[in-house]
Amino acid sequence: MADPVLSIRDLTVEIPTRYGILRPVSGVSYDIAAGEILGVVGESGAGKSMAGNAVIGLLSPPAHIAAGEIHVRGTRVDQLTGDAMRRLRGKEIGMVFQDPLTSLNPLLRIGDQLTETMLAHLDISRAEAERRAVAALEEVGIPGAAERVGSYPHEFSGGMRQRVVIALALCAEPSLIIADEPTTALDVSVQAQIIALLKKLCRERGTAVMLITHDMGVIAEAADRVAVMYAGQLAELGPVRDVLTAPRHPYTHGLMGSTPLASRGKDRLHQIPGAMPRLDALPDGCAFHPRCPRAHDRCRVSPGPRIEDGGGRAACLFPMVEEAVA
Amino acid sequence: MALVDIRNLTRIFDVSKPWLNRVVERREKSYLTAVSDVSFEIAERTVYALVGESGSGKSTIGKMLVGLLGPSSGAVEIRGTDLARETDAAKVDAVRRDIQMIFQDPFASLNPRWRVRDIIVEPVAARGGDTSGMAERLLEQVGLSAKDAGKFPHEFSGGQRQRICIARALASEPKLIVCDEPTSALDVSVQAQVLNLMSDLKDEFGLTYLFISHDLTVVQHMADRIGVLYLGRLVEEAGPDELFDDPKHPYTQMLLAAAPQLDSFGREVPPPTGEIPDPINPPKGCAFHPRCPLAADVCSQTRPEMRDIRGARVACHMAG
Repeated sequence: MADPVLSIRDLTVEIPTRYGILRPVSGVSYDIAAGEILGVVGESGAGKSMAGNAVIGLLSPPAHIAAGEIHVRGTRVDQLTGDAMRRLRGKEIGMVFQDPLTSLNPLLRIGDQLTETMLAHLDISRAEAERRAVAALEEVGIPGAAERVGSYPHEFSGGMRQRVVIALALCAEPSLIIADEPTTALDVSVQAQIIALLKKLCRERGTAVMLITHDMGVIAEAADRVAVMYAGQLAELGPVRDVLTAPRHPYTHGLMGSTPLASRGKDRLHQIPGAMPRLDALPDGCAFHPRCPRAHDRCRVSPGPRIEDGGGRAACLFPMVEEAVA
Repeated sequence: MALVDIRNLTRIFDVSKPWLNRVVERREKSYLTAVSDVSFEIAERTVYALVGESGSGKSTIGKMLVGLLGPSSGAVEIRGTDLARETDAAKVDAVRRDIQMIFQDPFASLNPRWRVRDIIVEPVAARGGDTSGMAERLLEQVGLSAKDAGKFPHEFSGGQRQRICIARALASEPKLIVCDEPTSALDVSVQAQVLNLMSDLKDEFGLTYLFISHDLTVVQHMADRIGVLYLGRLVEEAGPDELFDDPKHPYTQMLLAAAPQLDSFGREVPPPTGEIPDPINPPKGCAFHPRCPLAADVCSQTRPEMRDIRGARVACHMAG
């Protein structure tokens, strides 16, 4: 494999509080190659968005990167100053957030937002930027792009706004896009359109995508590989088909079992007992052991093996092998 | 007889600008038809699910069913009593007692200043009923501990709060519970816990649910009968097996094709085209015809009636 676009090594994010240090992300490592879509799934509080924010340098203090390294196209970015990071953001890394209305400036025409982004990052003339703005809107499938550049964000529907945000993220031709729940606020039919658009653009341009979502269906449809997070740690990492059809970590297994599925009929859904532990009360050993049906004594004292890319797939001492999802 | 009988239900909202603006800008009054001529029945001890995208009118129907909104025309009859028109107060009260509602956001639907005990017994206490020990008993029934009765809502997680909402809905021993997106705010594993709980309680108490959701997989899991809404109109109604194996309305087909599936690895299907039209100026004839692959001339002229096709009710000229 060629050099990955994004490479995260042992990333740990800490939040110092009055009650001690919380670790919303702890020892996470993964790579994303050019043209690859890595799905990051987990329940709320699993640290999936925190990891994404760490990459783009948008951790809100007092949260900070306490250990580990982040490389984007070979450049180490976790120690950059605010100014250098600002130049990188938008240029090398594009972002798509959940709510398209809050990520667009309501007072600026969308054409101006696009040209401003390009002028800030690319060495082109204003006329060229304006031409490219129309092209970018056409590319994301906005009808009548030449007229629509003069519209304000509130004149677009939710799905169209999310297309504008994607155009905005892509206009400076970044090599990495971080999409944080890009379709969660959208209806199913619009969601399908947005996913198809993301997949198409990434394939054509070879952009690496980190797709953060809680929806397993979206992951199955869009991602090439998937990283499952639990309580700030990586539970499982692997090709999407393998992880979803034959999960090795008991948490992934439970998660898949609790998703309602056509083929499963109306039987009771599989339940994972309990809830994810709070960050200030993480159990010793493996974070999942209190809820794990397969927990042994060793799980209570020693955490599972860390996942290194290319190495083991599940952070579990007793991974499941060849067991179909219940 | 069906527990709930909804006939030709229509709800129109006045979305006009204020009077002065209308005069100055010479604008007409404008109306939004949120629910248009919807008819269906819910049999006792079944789960009827309404699915649709945002703006399809599913929540408006739920609100009219519990009486939070009045219908513009048409009727909601619950065991033969039309809540909006019945004049006998005692009869209305008797029916109202049998209906409860569970809302989407468990963070917004519990009063943060009330203790859980008071929240749960309120539906009974408001009518002067005996509530001793009731909260504790209900809490255990929904999988929480009796000790939780003295706590405040902020001490619970989202899934636990939704259990409290369910306990509150059960307090007055209702027959019918309207669940408006009860699990949309919850994580998958918590959603599974809440859905299982709801199924168990349904069997235990002989409940009837109107289950409103946008999530097709959840609906398929829970429902005995599913109604698909588009722009305030019921376009198809069928049992879950018929609906998912053999969808007849082109909108249902589009919706099912668009929903992400767990086994759709690297699926390449052309995504649906277009968006839901503006409900203030809905298309003439069939509301779906501008996006419909089967659309013919008749579709843009006359609105299709509900027809029975192989165990389903479908509002489409072309389906068959």
